[in-house]
Amino acid sequence: MLDRNFSVRRLPGFGAIAVFTFVMLYLPIVILVAFSFNEGVSQSSWDGFSLQWYEAAFQNRQVRDVSIRSLWLALVASGFATVLATLAALGTTRVSRFPGQTMIYALINQPLMVPEIVTGVALLIFVAAIKVQTGYTGMGYLVAAHTAFCIPFAYLPIRARLETMDSTLESAAADLYANHWQAFRYITLPLLVPGILAGFMLGFVISLDTVVITEFVKSAGQDTLPTYMLGQLRRTVTPEMNAIATLFLALSLCIVTAFFLITRKRGA
Amino acid sequence: MAEAQESHGWKWLLCAPALVVLVLAASGPLLIVVAYSFLTPGNMGGVVWDFSLEGWFRVFFRRDIFDPDVVTLNDAHLAVFWRSIWLSLQTTFLCAVLGFPTAWFIATRPPSSRTLWLFLITIPFWTNLLIRTFAIQEVIRNNGTINTVLQWMGVIDTPIQMMYTDFAILLGMAYVFMPLMVLPLYAAMDKLDFRLVEAGYDLYASRFQVLWHVILPLVKPGFIAGSILVFIPSIGAYVTPRVLGGGRTMMLGNLIALQFGQGRNWPLGAALAMLMLIIVVGALVFYLRWVNREEGRNA
Repeated sequence: MLDRNFSVRRLPGFGAIAVFTFVMLYLPIVILVAFSFNEGVSQSSWDGFSLQWYEAAFQNRQVRDVSIRSLWLALVASGFATVLATLAALGTTRVSRFPGQTMIYALINQPLMVPEIVTGVALLIFVAAIKVQTGYTGMGYLVAAHTAFCIPFAYLPIRARLETMDSTLESAAADLYANHWQAFRYITLPLLVPGILAGFMLGFVISLDTVVITEFVKSAGQDTLPTYMLGQLRRTVTPEMNAIATLFLALSLCIVTAFFLITRKRGA
Repeated sequence: MAEAQESHGWKWLLCAPALVVLVLAASGPLLIVVAYSFLTPGNMGGVVWDFSLEGWFRVFFRRDIFDPDVVTLNDAHLAVFWRSIWLSLQTTFLCAVLGFPTAWFIATRPPSSRTLWLFLITIPFWTNLLIRTFAIQEVIRNNGTINTVLQWMGVIDTPIQMMYTDFAILLGMAYVFMPLMVLPLYAAMDKLDFRLVEAGYDLYASRFQVLWHVILPLVKPGFIAGSILVFIPSIGAYVTPRVLGGGRTMMLGNLIALQFGQGRNWPLGAALAMLMLIIVVGALVFYLRWVNREEGRNA
């Protein structure tokens, strides 16, 4: 007997499991966001709509301080990382193979493979030793640690962009008597901008999310938003935490969406 | 042509700034960890520069308080190692069981809506891990969503204790690492030649036979890649077990952190960190060798 609706792409029950997975992925986040608008203190019973927890979060001085520190750190670290990653991508992409290239790849990708906790304690040891020698306790350690951690994330989209770029344009520029610098400045760089922008945004999100490395590297009074939240989760949390988390989520979501749009439209 | 004696110096020059930062703030400190694991712990944390194998020794053994020569296996540490490996394997399995149908679902959507479904899987991956862990905590707390709903329906009288258990860690890790399984599986299915699936059905294979003998072998590379991508961060997990697991259900990452905090035994912590790195590198080497073997077979 022939089933007229028979499709080779259908596997019974798979659709249901997939829908279940998607619901499981989003339901906790939806609940978290919903209760940030709760009138009462409860995280499980709805008492009516209110923005009071957002108000509380904005008036919480500590939250404001750690948020500003997080944004500043993400901006500086991903900025540095993007510049360094762009240079490294230009040195390793569309070039003939050279000795040491594998080692460079390994070094660049190393932060992706080593567990964050291992990098964290390694930096803790290193930073403690430098502090004893120099007495410096500023934000420099966090900037360096975040920059190193962001480099592989910034490198990936920039390299991908370089690899798909049409190299005949640069040859044309050379034919028209442009020197190396002019060809780079007026041809390569403008074409590379979407990749650089994508790399910067990826680095920004990664720096903003980094909690373990920050936790081990930070000196007293250098809490970022994630380490502040990690500390607060140990206590009984009020919906103020939900409000902070929701704002944080919204920011990440905006950046990731922009990242997708940039890499899709131009990269296609 | 000038290309013939091309110098590689400028490539190194372009890479140099990035490499300096990476060596200073990522790779270099790892070497210091190796060195610290062979030193003697200081009284207030830190180390004394005396060579010692005690750090590595204490990874597996403990000494009697009164007679240091009486040595027993450190079963507390062994329990943590076992929990780390067992929970990571369970997480990988759970992600595979749910991730495979999900990836299949996405791969069989029309191309126009496929991007949207992929985007939906990717979003959680780029949102803060801590926030997602917090979200799970709110769901499974004693007065969280699940217990409230179950009590309201009259299924249970007293809340089910889910927080601070191994189950909570498993749930949390599967939740946060799921995209890492779905994405490589999808990549493998996207390349799947559906004529082979059709051929299976034409030869009177049942759905299960096609799944087992045709589809699974073809998407196996995605399966292995996804499993490695889930297993490695699970072994290295620190935030999820810290938030959901509490003090009695530690994983390796928390045991390492403990040595640099209250434990004040930096050499032991350094040795434990090296142990974690060895497990991770071992998993990676296993994966790369598998890929090489498969490529050799298909070549």
